[in-house]
Amino acid sequence: MKTLTSIGPANRITRSEETHPLTWRLRDDAQPVWLEEYQQKNGYAAARKALTEMAQADIVQTVKESGLKGRGGAGFPTGVKWGLMPADESMNIRYLLCNADEMEPNTWKDRMLMEQLPHLLVEGMLISARALKAYRGYIFLRGEYVDAAANLNRAIEEAKAAGLLGKNIFGSGFDFELFVHTGAGRYICGEETALINSLEGRRANPRAKPPFPAAVGVWGKPTCVNNVETLCNVPAIISGGVDWYKSLARPGSEDHGTKLMGFSGKVKNPGLWELPFGITARELFEDYAGGMRDGYRLKCWQPGGAGTGFLLPEHLEAQMYAGGIGKVGTRMGTGLALAVDDSINMVSLLRNMEEFFARESCGWCTPCRDGLPWSVKILRALERKQGTAEDIQTLLGLVNFLGPGKTFCAHAPGAVEPLGSAIKYFREEFEAGVAQVASTPRTPATAS
Amino acid sequence: MNTLIKTDRFVLSETERSAIEHEMHHYEDPRAASIEALKIVQKARGWVPDGAADAIGAILGIPASDVEGVATFYSQIFRQPVGRHVIRVCDSMTCYIGGHESVVSEMQKQLGIGLGQTTSDERFTLLPVCCLGNCDKAPALMIDDDTFGDVQLDGVAKLLEAYK
Repeated sequence: MKTLTSIGPANRITRSEETHPLTWRLRDDAQPVWLEEYQQKNGYAAARKALTEMAQADIVQTVKESGLKGRGGAGFPTGVKWGLMPADESMNIRYLLCNADEMEPNTWKDRMLMEQLPHLLVEGMLISARALKAYRGYIFLRGEYVDAAANLNRAIEEAKAAGLLGKNIFGSGFDFELFVHTGAGRYICGEETALINSLEGRRANPRAKPPFPAAVGVWGKPTCVNNVETLCNVPAIISGGVDWYKSLARPGSEDHGTKLMGFSGKVKNPGLWELPFGITARELFEDYAGGMRDGYRLKCWQPGGAGTGFLLPEHLEAQMYAGGIGKVGTRMGTGLALAVDDSINMVSLLRNMEEFFARESCGWCTPCRDGLPWSVKILRALERKQGTAEDIQTLLGLVNFLGPGKTFCAHAPGAVEPLGSAIKYFREEFEAGVAQVASTPRTPATAS
Repeated sequence: MNTLIKTDRFVLSETERSAIEHEMHHYEDPRAASIEALKIVQKARGWVPDGAADAIGAILGIPASDVEGVATFYSQIFRQPVGRHVIRVCDSMTCYIGGHESVVSEMQKQLGIGLGQTTSDERFTLLPVCCLGNCDKAPALMIDDDTFGDVQLDGVAKLLEAYK
């Protein structure tokens, strides 16, 4: 019996259908939940209800009222996104794309869902496709997730054989076919319009918006792109209802439902758990991740992926939801946090991160293509203690010039968010990289 | 070491051709199968030789330059020969904190190659890769289709030994 790499603490905490809509069906041994077991655990009951008892518009309305927001990092309201699909009935070729191109550093939640609960995603896509009137769906999966690909393909075959995919599902007259499309690398494929270009067999450069994918998406047709975890929330919303779903989060949270949250780095118990929105980062860090390993002190942390800013230990009181993390100055992102310990130098860590962002820039727009390698060059110099006095100003200039609204997509803004916050909180570590020997400036006034 | 790239006329095998034609039917437009077509050729030959772009373009009805543009964009399509086994080392910040740079150094020392290079016996190619989604078990890496977590420095030799 093959052990899936996604086995972890998510399998080990106490779970129930009422409190853990995403993970209650997980097996303790972390083996995939196939069709028979999935159906024994009420699987596809929500799909049956959506297809046979609900009008298409009611599914959209229910998801809208549930307050479900995208779980891929940006947090856009799912029901609103669904509502952008054209009302024009003559536009009858529509697509649902699942963004399963999970490559955000420190993010491994979709992998767990796809490896262990492939039918949850299939069911979520079936209901969502019905809501969006999509006749075909594609799961855009990163190529390295070989176990997820195998398990999703097996789940799709099982669903097809059971009449849960294909023609006239549940006798409702609704047809839906689903394919797994595996990628060939490049982080930028996770940007939804780059993903569409990639699915069409093109270079994964993002597209200009507008038009948005809901109007002009894959092959020019109305298209909706949703993240794996987002789609996996849909069945429980349909079967449990809006009131129950809205009761899941902790008081004070403006986001609803549960979230796969994690903590990694040099913590005692690195892992991933399904938790209600609104728990404090401290609960996540101490009660679930067990705090730091002996001999390490928490220096700072990132709430949800490489594209989110660094926060200090005092910010652990923040509640884990978009607004809660927003209040302390950054974004919640994917909700999988990273602990940075006191043995880590921030300049070296940022050098590692910007090397990643620079390598993964698609090269389409100038600030990103040229600005990110520039930041790497400076960070490498600072790491070798060969920086110049202007280097920190230049980095801050890049944080500004590569920030939101100044580039073609969100790649560069995501790259400079951690850089800006690292300089804000740990400026002395960057200053320590400036060469002590008096030297003439390389070029006068490199940044204003 | 420079590898002389053969530029003889490239011909798709019947298996490759039928696999590509099968993939085309999963999409509205044949172009969409271009990445999959490149992966089919790579699976059979280890890499995508010169001339493959022309052959794939001819089947899909798109210019060879478009196929080549796709082949050179995606990091997991290899336009030069690779070793029998491809090692992909996760270089996310989580694995950085987990000490992946010393794992990479150890591999480079044992294999005598740098990142992006292939051993002279054509056994291994060493590449960096985006976060492998194994962050609770950092540092992580893949060898071919196998994923490993919590890689220890003193375990590197044993890990490599299993791949001949």
